[in-house]
Formats: sequence, structure tokens, C-alpha cells
Amino acid sequence: MTFEQTLARLEQIAASLDRDDLPLEEALTLFEEGIARLREASAQLADADGKVRTLIEQAGGVFEVRE
Amino acid sequence: MTHPGETSAEALSVHALTSAAKDVLEGGIPKLWVHGEVSGFKAYPSGHWYFTLKDAEAQVQAVVWKGSTFRIRPRPEDGQQVRAFGQLTVWPTSGKMQFAVTAMEADGEGLWQKRFDETRARLEKDGLLDPARKRALPRLPRTVAVITSSEGAALRDVIAVVRRRHPGVHVAVLPAVVQGEAAPASLLAALERLRRWVAGEAEWAGEALPVPEVLIIGRGGGSREDLWCFNDEAVARAIAACPVPTISAVGHETDVTIADLVADLRAATPSVAAEHAVPVREELRAFVDQLAGMMADGLQDRVETGRREVERRADALAQRAQLLVQRRRARADRLAQRLAGQGPRAVERQRGRLETLGATLEARSPLAVFARGFAVARGADGATLARRSAFTIGTAFDLLVQDGRVRARTESVEADAPHLRSDR
Repeated sequence: MTFEQTLARLEQIAASLDRDDLPLEEALTLFEEGIARLREASAQLADADGKVRTLIEQAGGVFEVRE
Repeated sequence: MTHPGETSAEALSVHALTSAAKDVLEGGIPKLWVHGEVSGFKAYPSGHWYFTLKDAEAQVQAVVWKGSTFRIRPRPEDGQQVRAFGQLTVWPTSGKMQFAVTAMEADGEGLWQKRFDETRARLEKDGLLDPARKRALPRLPRTVAVITSSEGAALRDVIAVVRRRHPGVHVAVLPAVVQGEAAPASLLAALERLRRWVAGEAEWAGEALPVPEVLIIGRGGGSREDLWCFNDEAVARAIAACPVPTISAVGHETDVTIADLVADLRAATPSVAAEHAVPVREELRAFVDQLAGMMADGLQDRVETGRREVERRADALAQRAQLLVQRRRARADRLAQRLAGQGPRAVERQRGRLETLGATLEARSPLAVFARGFAVARGADGATLARRSAFTIGTAFDLLVQDGRVRARTESVEADAPHLRSDR
């Protein structure tokens, strides 16, 4: 899942949990999923190894990234 | 007064003649603006441009030396009415008079504006400028693609801003020439590479970065001529067709190019573009925390609602139970009162009756008979031997007395006995 998708799902879950007509059982299941997604999102935010690379097109159209 | 070439003996070389003509023309006619129509335009591989400037009655050869072409964007086209600024001169080698142009603009509206408007109109007609086409930027791209000069300040600015805001985001640089004649083709090639990358069509040597999710395309500030490649129609169409959302960042705040119009977002400068492309990590963390809070609150509210519901029902039950108890208690009280109302006298009378009853029962009890000294004879079969005829001489029988049993044997049976009246 991309960060985008994870975040979108989290927003959906938060909105669902805000509803009073949601059966409690379902609310708990959603909450559990939400916790898992929160962990994913936090992990994605923890990355700190961003690289700067230049795309080179070699002869024959082969791509390569270089520093 | 003589002058060179006055006599046959002093004949000039051709070159001296054309050079003299050059001096006269340049000395007699200052640099000036001329208006006319462009005809026979040709850009030579050497970099110079040649064309004819004409009107209904006359024409003059015109040239734009390579060193001046960069100042004239876009290139003039045949049939275009222009105002050209230059020096009328003679090219000594050919002996031809020509107008050496160093600046040019469209007659009436500016050449730039005219071409700009034409390109814009064509793109608009194809729906490429429709605001509904604008795509949303990803909230956190794994990789930001940047198409710009690998040498320029624009790239340095973008990298610095991305690093500062979110050190986990990759930057993929797709270098391109961003000024001069070669720029449009170079930009198109870079855009095509990005397309192939995103489409997964590229073959890779070594490890690639994650696929870019947003593109920043542009360059730093410069003259209008420097930025002209970003008004190129083919470049604009390629930007519009880019498979990921695009941010244009060309020149300064005041420079608006065709690329800016087709991009999903126009940023005033490359730094601003990078700010749009990449969120501040801490802000994103705060947002995720906020979502976590919303979820927790939502669940708590839901549980609270459930708890209140249970309480409400429990209350209703308790009230009903209490009502029931109250009713029963009332009945019990009424009963007790009725009993109490009959008074202690009645109770006493009942007790008296009970005692009489008890005495009667006691009197009838066989135990009481024994207590008075009577005994009962019982045969081996347990039958009561109540008459003379029940006894046989010599047979054993039990005599039940007040405190036990006496084993006895019949000696004799007599009719005469003291408890019987003599007349019997």
C-alpha cells in the first residue's frame, strides 16, 4: 500500500468510527484495522534514506540512476 | 580634390568598394526599426537566420547572426508582420546590402504574445487547459522527478527544500537543456523518459528508485528568451500527457508560460514547487496522530453510547422491578393489617381450641392407655388378642406394657374375671 492509500483508508476508518449507528462489533474490527494502518503510516514516515539520483539513458534505451 | 578610384590608374579592389559602401551605409543610416513582412525565412545549421523583409513596393535581405538569435523568441515565420531593429549594411564578400537584425517583435501585438496566444488557443481548443483536468498532488510521494538543467540553481533549490521538509523522499533528476534552440527537444526527451519509467516500459541497469509520483519541471529565472522553450506547444502537450501530476516552476513569480497553464499546479519558483511536492514530515506525523485521536475518540464515543444504552435499559428494568415489589408489599401489608385487625383475643381463642384438640388427641392415643396401667396381648402374627377365644393353652404371646414387652404363655383361659360384672 502506498502512503496515499494508507492515509485514505485511515481517514475512511476515522469517519466510520464517528458514526453512532455503527454496530459495536464492527466498530471494534475497524479500530483494530486502523491501529494496523497507523503503524504502517508511521513506519512509512520514519524512512530517512531519501536519495538524489540522476537518470541516465544508456545506448539502447537502458535506464540507470547515478549519484 | 580627388578621391580613391577617380582615375583608371587608381582603380579600387572590389572589396574596397563594398567596404566603402558598408561604411557609407552604416555611417549614414543609424540602427533603426523597420516594419515589414517576413518571407523566405531560413535558419541555417551555422545558427544564423536569413529571410527577406518586404512590403508591397520593396524588399531587403535580412540576417540575424547566431549571437542574436537567442534574443528573438519565437522564431519569426513567413508571412508574419514584424518590426525589426537593426543596422543596414553591406556584406562585403557578396556585395549585397542586408539588414542585420538584433531585435524583433510582432507588428501590433508583440511577437511573443501573438505566438503565446496562438499556442494557448490551440491547447484550449483541445481541452488541455480545462481546470477539471488538474490532478491532485500525492500527499507523500516516494520519489519526486525533476526535469531541469543538472547545472542550474533550480535543481539545487529543489533538492535542498525536499531534504529539509522530508529526508525520506527520493529525488530523481531527469536532466534537460532548458534554454536555447535545443531546449524543446531535450525537454521532450526527458518527459518521454519519465513516461517510459512510470509506464514500466524501461529496461534498467542496476537498481532503480521507486517510481516517481510527481514531476517538477522548470528552471530558474532568466530573460523572456531564456524561458521560451516552456512556451513550446509540443512540450506543453507532453506535460499535459504526463502520467504523474505535474508542477511547473519557470522563472520568477511574474513569468507565466504555456507550461504553467497545462501543469496541474503552477509554482512561482522551483523552491515553491518543491514545497508543494513534498510535505513537512512533522506536519504529516501530526496529521496521522490526529487521525489516531479521531479513531480513538470515535470508538470511545461508540462504546459510551453503548454503555448509556445498557444503563438506560437497566434503569427501566430496575424501575419495573421496584414497582412490582411495591405492589406486592402493599398487598402483604393489607393482609397483615387484616390479621392484626382481628385482635389478640381471637388468637387466644384459637390457641384454646388447639389445646382442647391436643388433649382429646392425647386421650385417644394408645400410649395414654398404657400410661394408665393397661396392657395389650399380641399373638406371634402381631394380631391383638382381645378375647378369650384368641388364646390357646400353652402358646406364647407378647404382653405390651407402658415401658416394654413381656414374653408370656397361656396357662389357662377363664370366663370369670374381676373387671367383668357378675351378671355377664
